[in-house]
Amino acid sequence: MLSIKNLKAKVEEKDILKGLNLIVNPGEVHAIMGPNGSGKSTLANVLAGNPNYEIIDGEVEFCGKNLIEMSPEDRAREGVFLAFQYPIEIPGITNSTFLKTAIDEIRKYRQQEEMSPKEFISLIKEKAAILEMDNSLISRSVNEGFSGGEKKRNEILQLLMLNPKLAILDETDSGLDIDALKIVSKGVNAFKSKENATILITHYQRLLDYIIPDFVHVLYKGRIIKSGGKELALELEAKGYDWVKELAEDEE
Amino acid sequence: MTENDKLLNDVTNSDYKWGFVTEIEQVEFEKGLNENIIRKISKIKDEPDWMLEFRLKAFRHWLTLEEPKWPKVKYPKVDFQDIRYYAAPKNKPKLDSLDEVDPELLKTFEKLGIPLEEQKLLSNVAVDAVFDSVSVATTFKETLNEKGIIFGSISEAIRNHPELVKKYLGSVVPYTDNYYAALNSAVFSDGSFVYIPKGVRCPMELSTYFRINAMETGQFERTLIVADEGAYVSYLEGCTAPQRDENQLHAAVVELIAEDFAEIKYSTVQNWYPGDKEGKGGIYNFVTKRGIAHKNSKISWTQVETGSAVTWKYPSCILKGDNSIGEFYSIAVTNNYQQADTGTKMIHIGKNTRSTIVSKGISAGFSDNSYRGLVKVAKSAEGARNFSQCDSMLMGDKCGAHTFPYIEVDNNSATVEHEATTSKVSEDQIFYLNQRGLSTEDAVNMIVNGFCKEVFRVLPMEFAVEAQKLLEISLEGSVG
Repeated sequence: MLSIKNLKAKVEEKDILKGLNLIVNPGEVHAIMGPNGSGKSTLANVLAGNPNYEIIDGEVEFCGKNLIEMSPEDRAREGVFLAFQYPIEIPGITNSTFLKTAIDEIRKYRQQEEMSPKEFISLIKEKAAILEMDNSLISRSVNEGFSGGEKKRNEILQLLMLNPKLAILDETDSGLDIDALKIVSKGVNAFKSKENATILITHYQRLLDYIIPDFVHVLYKGRIIKSGGKELALELEAKGYDWVKELAEDEE
Repeated sequence: MTENDKLLNDVTNSDYKWGFVTEIEQVEFEKGLNENIIRKISKIKDEPDWMLEFRLKAFRHWLTLEEPKWPKVKYPKVDFQDIRYYAAPKNKPKLDSLDEVDPELLKTFEKLGIPLEEQKLLSNVAVDAVFDSVSVATTFKETLNEKGIIFGSISEAIRNHPELVKKYLGSVVPYTDNYYAALNSAVFSDGSFVYIPKGVRCPMELSTYFRINAMETGQFERTLIVADEGAYVSYLEGCTAPQRDENQLHAAVVELIAEDFAEIKYSTVQNWYPGDKEGKGGIYNFVTKRGIAHKNSKISWTQVETGSAVTWKYPSCILKGDNSIGEFYSIAVTNNYQQADTGTKMIHIGKNTRSTIVSKGISAGFSDNSYRGLVKVAKSAEGARNFSQCDSMLMGDKCGAHTFPYIEVDNNSATVEHEATTSKVSEDQIFYLNQRGLSTEDAVNMIVNGFCKEVFRVLPMEFAVEAQKLLEISLEGSVG
């Protein structure tokens, strides 16, 4: 589904990704871990097409198409979804208007008909229930006046509503208490299927107690320096990052 | 098609307009302004002496005045002797078919969903023959007549209802009010007159759409709306399509009178030619709009201003009667080199008078957008309350947004609240919406719509939809 080869990218003239390789297949959950400043969020933003990030080199193929050449909106329409680390407020636009517009834009791109209001309402109710979200949040302005936890839950609501092929979750667990973490994880697990894939970007192992990854990668200085199964996360939790850093530096 | 659209379509296909136009089209006055011209205007309109006197007094007063310099707008000086005061509004070239119309203009019409026949009318293409001998306009007038509502041109009203016009004309905006009000009082060509009798609720939204001739009066329009005791009327002014008018200067006067327990809702969508992308051409829109609210009455001004090169406009309420209410809801959009200095005045005189001001200014390109508002609470206005909210939104970093709120309170039982915000359409917001599948243009529209929501909510339904589209068109290409 996603194939990243030798990806190099910079932001504000600073090289961040320095030759990253990653392959994600349908049905897989990949966790990307790593210390601060290793390039985790850059990877998420580059994949989503954030114009502040510049790709210097490398290839990114998504479902057989060259992702790098696509506008951010076309990437979204092709099925790339980014759950933002810091969700943005859109004052005066209700969550439901926003979601209905997004769904219909994506459908239009795929030459499908608009979703009927009836279908939309039953869908949003169903998905909000999974996330234990109050109906009032649906009719409030997008993220405006939401608590940190509500914003993160709202990102997952969008994920469930848009049902993309690839979900990239950028530090969705940060700032969540344990109850909220469980709810958000429940949402992500509800999304998971054999047809789609998830990339979890996280600092902490605790998210991986609730969303079990198939692969864990350690990102350090803009490259993946170690990959393994879910047990790698536990090892990192126990031993910290220093030992993998040393491994990487030895290789250099 | 909604009922209103149908009416509209039918009206544009009727002969109502032509009967009115031909008789004056042959007349063309020389350029310049003097007493002789004013006498000619009055004569050709077959006005009574008192009307001529009104015009002459206004003209003599105008001669003593100077153009206001305080608005935050810049434009070359207008040569008032170089304007044709009578036939000028008819000067647009007549075209034979839509093929001759500027394709840019047609594209805009299409986006706004303007019916074909109306497109022709707006771009001054001769409209085809009559469909039905009994025009809808006439049917519409009959419905109003049954209720005793008078709705027609102000010229007709001067002839047919002199007692009403005499009583109210200039009572809210006297010719001494300001430079452009004096000029308008001297030379106004036509405009609308509305009278709603005691206790009557006007059954339909009155619109200049229905009076095609009003659209042709252009330059110095004069509107007078009277809602007698307990009456209600909602009036829609203007047109959502851009009018390519060659007239540089528009100086209109609108007066509203809400008698005890009456309510007037006045909504405007102004989309005069704003000039080109380099700031060449465009209309100077210098308008005086004011209403007087008597006991327990209510006046609401709602405006969506996207056109004109220079706008200078402050729809105001004099809250004279106890418990009267004034409202002002405004969206002003400027793009390219447009300049707008607009806002309102709420003058609290009666006890327990209330006013609400919600102003949304959006500036893009190299434009300048100012809110200027006065809230005045007189000594007599025991318990008066005002709430003002002035929000500005900037697109890009070459435009300006300014807020000039004036507050004068002479009664310490009054409550006056003022809130103001300035925001920018941020790249983060656009990227967020892009990431959810919206194009950048749709993202900007969504952000702007959210920003203007409080005003859209109070617009009459049909206007609201068109106003949203208009905003989209006005801001097209403003974010790269």
